[in-house]
Amino acid sequence: MLESYIRSRREQKELLLMTHIVLGYPNFDDSLRMVEAMVEAGVDLMELQIPFSEPMADGPVILKANSDALAAGARVEKSLQIAEKITASFDIPFLFMTYYNILFRNGVDAFVARMADIGIRGSIIPDLPPEEGGDYLAAMARHDLAPIHIFTPNSTDERMKLLSDKSSGFIYTVARKGVTGKDTAFSDDLGDYLERCRNATSLPLALGFGVKSNEDFEFIRAKADIAVVGSETIRVVERGGVAAVKPFIRGLQGGA
Amino acid sequence: MQDRGYYDQFGGAFIPEILVPTFDELEQAYLEAKADPAFWQEYKALMSSYSGRPTPLTRADNLSSHFGGAQIYVKREDLNHTGAHKANNVMGQGLLTRRMGKTRVIAETGAGQHGVATATMAAKFGFDCTIYMGEVDVERQRPNVFWMERMGAEVIPVCDGSRILKDAINEAFRDWVTNMDNTHYVLGTACGPYPFPEMVSWFQSIIGTEAREQVLRETGKLPRRAYACVGGGSNAMGLFSGFFDDPEVELVGVEAGGRGKGIGEHASRLAYNDASVGVAQGYKTYFLQDDDGQMQETHSVSAGLDYVGVSPILSSLHESGRVRFEAATDQEVIDAMSLTVQREGLIPALESSHAFAQAFKEVGDLDPDDVIIINQSGRADKDIFTVADALKDPKWEEFIIAKAKEYQNA
Repeated sequence: MLESYIRSRREQKELLLMTHIVLGYPNFDDSLRMVEAMVEAGVDLMELQIPFSEPMADGPVILKANSDALAAGARVEKSLQIAEKITASFDIPFLFMTYYNILFRNGVDAFVARMADIGIRGSIIPDLPPEEGGDYLAAMARHDLAPIHIFTPNSTDERMKLLSDKSSGFIYTVARKGVTGKDTAFSDDLGDYLERCRNATSLPLALGFGVKSNEDFEFIRAKADIAVVGSETIRVVERGGVAAVKPFIRGLQGGA
Repeated sequence: MQDRGYYDQFGGAFIPEILVPTFDELEQAYLEAKADPAFWQEYKALMSSYSGRPTPLTRADNLSSHFGGAQIYVKREDLNHTGAHKANNVMGQGLLTRRMGKTRVIAETGAGQHGVATATMAAKFGFDCTIYMGEVDVERQRPNVFWMERMGAEVIPVCDGSRILKDAINEAFRDWVTNMDNTHYVLGTACGPYPFPEMVSWFQSIIGTEAREQVLRETGKLPRRAYACVGGGSNAMGLFSGFFDDPEVELVGVEAGGRGKGIGEHASRLAYNDASVGVAQGYKTYFLQDDDGQMQETHSVSAGLDYVGVSPILSSLHESGRVRFEAATDQEVIDAMSLTVQREGLIPALESSHAFAQAFKEVGDLDPDDVIIINQSGRADKDIFTVADALKDPKWEEFIIAKAKEYQNA
């Protein structure tokens, strides 16, 4: 189970690191090399995003990665094949992040069965609130996969409890309003919000949106279980190529 | 939310978690307004004094005798302030925005009509206003951008994706997930997550309510058929809703047939067989998409119909057979527009001309005692640049070249 993996890993490490890549960006070979570099640098779990033409919850960096991947011919089947290769090669949990239409067009049951088959452990579908996700949640439960939902600073305590009930593995908490990849002010308000998240769920907490430096990482330590770094790794690759990934990830965690 | 807004299998609210409280608030404001007769009175009074409602129902004798079939009546939404039915929706949402205590509005726009209407409303209500418009559309619709900016709106060109209407919608959502506390998103058509399809249709129902009263008063009978063009579907929902309880009235939605069948050639989600059911931009409906669920390019001579999805309410009415969907090609549309201008002196927008084109194909088969209504959802004289291009008018081209030289020499 994803949750027990996170808990046992947390016994060795105070703050776990989850990273994110867009499959097929800039191409599938580089996706594979980025995963390899991240795993070697000590990443604890990873989100693999299947590109979609209308990624409404993503900011400019990931949006561009989605459309560039599609323009380069990324098909869903190819993403699934690469994901299978990744899960077979590396010994950390991998999750899918994508939008609901990718599941819906494929058939929700069939897609979830395929996820289980290729060794994906859970998924984050940002445009699928639990009210619309009955088929998805049932299929995920049948295959013992983790549906991960999102807490936001706008979520009421009552809403957080509902989302927690519908989730397993962990809860993805976003640090602020807005889309991925913009700056976040890591402040006392954020500390209060994370405390509210803690009180609403017994699941581990991952914190994302705007995490990009060792200082951010230090702030999150002890407040959340997992730090999520998304857009910033794409920026790092754009600036320095795949070779820049490993030093960046090591630097985040305070080692070199 | 109390409801999820399903019309058979279509609709729903596939929204990011951050917007859940915003949609709760919007649904509540909408339901309260709907239950409050004073709200609709205020709305009607505003539309009367500001937008010239009720718009007339014009008898088109010359066209009727040209085709020799049914008597043709035209509902004149082109006479709204800003020149299209878009004003109906925008002013209604303006009143709701004020009720919710918000001070800023954002909107997407394709052709620019909805952007101009929203900027107008924002100027009148004193709201800050930001309009998202695909970069491609900004380039081809400069006159609309000019007016939006004059009215104080900030027009942001969207350079992501295919840089057209659907990308502007995504970008407006990205603004909204950041600024929802003081901002209302004035979605321009009967699409998107619940309650938008229903709420926009409600504001547009003023068209059908008026049209039904007018046609009965004028002719003593209900129309055999009512025609409206369908992009997102708001003007069609507006006209049709006046006749939903009259099964003898056939409702005909006319989509953009573009250059004919085949993905990328048109924007017909329902009349052709190129679309399939999917979920994007927050709702479930027929989309022009590939097997993977990626949205595809669309084409139409009219920017306002050039959209991948369609109102979930219309998808449901398509499946039930209550509304018949047809497509008119670019050439049919240009011909229908030219004929209407010449015979009646009416200037229907290229969008609205789709409804005229389909009606012209069929009207000769009806009896002279029959009546049909065509919704002229907007007027084309303000779109002179795009219309002159579509009509390939050589004298206009000469004029523009001469004008450009004047600026170059200035």
